[in-house]
Formats: sequence, C-alpha cells, structure tokens
Amino acid sequence: MSPAVALLVRDVKLAWREGGAIGVVLGFYLVVVAIMPFGLGPDLNLLARIAPGMLWVALLLAALLSADRIFHNDYEDGTLDVLATGPLPLPLLAAIKSLAHWLTTGVPLALMAPVLGLLLNLPLDAMPLLVATMFAGTPAVSFIAAIGASLTLGLRRSGLLLALLVLPLYVPVLIFGVSTVSMNIVGPGSPWPPFLMLTAISLASIVLAPLAAAAALRTAMR
Amino acid sequence: MISLANPTRFLNLVGAVVPWLAALVVILLGTGLYLAFFVSPPDYQQGETVRIMYVHVPAAWLAMGCFLVIAIAALGTLIWRHPLADVAAKAAAPIGACFTFVALVTGSLWGKPMWGTYWVWDARLTSMLVLFLLYLGLIALWQAIEEPGRAGRAAAILALVGAINIPIIKFSVNWWNTLHLPASVLRVDGPSIDPALLTPLFVMAAAFAALFVLLHLLAMRTEILRRRVRALQQTQVEHAVLAGA
Repeated sequence: MSPAVALLVRDVKLAWREGGAIGVVLGFYLVVVAIMPFGLGPDLNLLARIAPGMLWVALLLAALLSADRIFHNDYEDGTLDVLATGPLPLPLLAAIKSLAHWLTTGVPLALMAPVLGLLLNLPLDAMPLLVATMFAGTPAVSFIAAIGASLTLGLRRSGLLLALLVLPLYVPVLIFGVSTVSMNIVGPGSPWPPFLMLTAISLASIVLAPLAAAAALRTAMR
Repeated sequence: MISLANPTRFLNLVGAVVPWLAALVVILLGTGLYLAFFVSPPDYQQGETVRIMYVHVPAAWLAMGCFLVIAIAALGTLIWRHPLADVAAKAAAPIGACFTFVALVTGSLWGKPMWGTYWVWDARLTSMLVLFLLYLGLIALWQAIEEPGRAGRAAAILALVGAINIPIIKFSVNWWNTLHLPASVLRVDGPSIDPALLTPLFVMAAAFAALFVLLHLLAMRTEILRRRVRALQQTQVEHAVLAGA
C-alpha cells in the first residue's frame, strides 16, 4: 500500500472510530434543519421554496464545525510533525486529509440531505439533483475548509475564526449549488450551467486549495 | 524596495514625506470637493444625488486597490521575505476595511433615492460585501495569532486566496444582469460618462489615493514603533526575570 493510500485509510478509520464524530455531524445537520420551521413558520410553500438554500447553508455550517478535526488531532500529539518530515509532500498530505474529511463528513451529509428535504417539503423529483449537486459541491467545501483549518491551527476560538475566514470563500459554492436545484424546481432554465460551474469550482479547489493549506501548515509548524 | 527594508531608513523616509503628502491630500481633496459640489452639473436623470458618486466610486476603487496592495505585500512576505511586507499588509487591512465600509454605506444611501431600496443582493453589492468580510477575516487572523512572524505569513496566504474576489467584483456587473450600473469608466471603448462628471471623479480618486498612501505610511510607522515597544517590553521582562533569579 503506498504511503498516500495508507494515510487516507488511517484517517478514514480514525474518523469512523472516533466516538460518534460522524454521528455528531449528521445530528447537527438534523437539528439545524429541524429548527428552521420553528423560526420561519410551517407554511409548506415557503419551506419548499427555500429548502435548497437552507439545506446548503446547514451543510456548510456542519462541515465547518467539523473542519478543525482535519489537522488538529494530529497537530496535538505530534503526528503532524512526523508526517511533515515523511515521504509525502506537504500539499499531498493536505489533499489526502481534505479527501478523508470529504469521505467522512461531506458524503454522509450529502446522502442525508434528501431525507431532511422531506422535512422542508422539497419536491421529490428534485432530490436526485440535490444529491448530485451536493456530491459535486462538497469537495470544494472540504478542501477550502482545510485552508481555514491550517490557518487557524492551534489557536484559541479557532472554530469561530475558521468560520469567519472560510464562509466568504464559500459564497460561489453556495450560489451555484442553490441555483442548480432552484433552476430545476422553479425556473425555466436548465440546471446544467450552474452545475458545471459548481463542478469547476470543486475541481479547482481540489488542485489549488492543498497548496495554500500546505503553505499555512508550514507557517504553523515553524 | 530593498533599500527600504531597513526599518530606520523607512521611518526617516516616512517622516520626510508625510508633511508634503498631507499638503497634497488637502489640496486634492479641497479641489475635488469644490469641483464635485459646485462645478459639476446635476445629472439630467438623478439631479443632485449624483454627487454621492464622487465619494462612492473613489471609495470603491480604493477598497479594491487596497486589497491588491495587501496581495502584493503578501507576495513580498512569502516569496521575497521582505522585512516590511507584513507590516505593510497589517497596516493596510483596517484602512481597506474602512474604504469598503464607506463605499457600501454611501452606495446604500445613494440606492434609496435612485432605486428605491437600501440594499439588493445583486452581483456587485454582494461581492463588495464579501470583500468587506474578507477584510474582517484578515484583521481577525492578525489579532488571533500572537507571534508576528507566523501571523504575517498566515495573513499573507489568506490575502492571496481572497485576491480571487477582486476580478470577480470588477467583472461581476458584466457577467451577470445586475441592478448596479455596468462598467462605465474602465471599459474597452473608453469611459461612457460625460467629461464634465469625469474630471471631478478623477480628482476625487486621486485625492482618495493620496489619502490612502498617507494613512498607510502613518499606520506602517505606528506598527514598526509598536513592534519596537513590544521588543523592549520583552527585554525588560527577561532582565527582570534574570535579576530576580
């Protein structure tokens, strides 16, 4: 097994075995989506119109709250220093950890989204597109979150600072992700243009974000 | 640039330049405001409220330009390790945030009589708001990391990542149908604004640019002195510890 694959398997296993880490993220997603109708009123037409936006925003918050897990545990016990001096280049290390975060946080959230869409009266025929959109967009969410996680490594209140730094960078992902599903439900247009833009943003962030995250890791570990 | 890497030489340069620069700012601002309020004609559609443009547009230009200054300073920190590059970036961030805030507020006040609403979520306004949030994030990151070297490098990375937003703001009014006025000055075909309005606009823009340079130099000087005070305090503490032990 190559070092890169071994690291990926290790991170996924650790996230799976860490007491309820994935479950807490899904539970947070459920709770946030469930309290929305309490704040907005139970009007099903209104909820159906805003369902894509609400599901995306709650997904971003859930992913952000688990983002400092990407590097923090390894930074705390010194594993990150060992990995940084190992055979893997630092950008590849950042990319593998971001990929592990996507597999253990992004994918479960994306799979749970249609279930929560039922709570918000999302039309049933929009659900496959919703899942596809989230699969296309959550890589960008995880990889950009890794930039924030590496910038705020070891700081106090890093969770809030991480959200402040990273949410403005998520605005394009949110815009294109929501408009893909809204185009399908409401508008006359095709959902393909925003979907392809979203995929482009994800692919670009997979390539570029690890470079920024690696640079930030170097500054944090100096 | 290399000769200015010495902080003392830089402080001497700032001390020499600041009085002239302040005089230049006063002259340009005075001329610009006079042209804007008394010489420039009222617009045939908007009447007198068009005069808000003379504050709103230069502030928006400076808000974007300041982020470019921070991005170039970020390159200076990460690539060339220029000693004063992170001082420049740290000093410029609050100034840029203020210019962005002025642009957003004056635009909002202009929007009410012109479009009937204080705010609308169109491309230009949204990306300027995102720029404001990026400035706040930069300032927050600077304050969160105690060690100045690490803070400088981390903020430099964040500035380069956020610099992607600047071309998006510039071209947003061309790419999407927006409520905001499309590009009317920096266009391939040349400006579409009447020259009578263009001259005060450029004078105000020059005044704002000179004001930015003045504030930036003063803020850099303050930051260098602040770091010297911090170093002196650390030395004092170390001496006290050694003497006490």
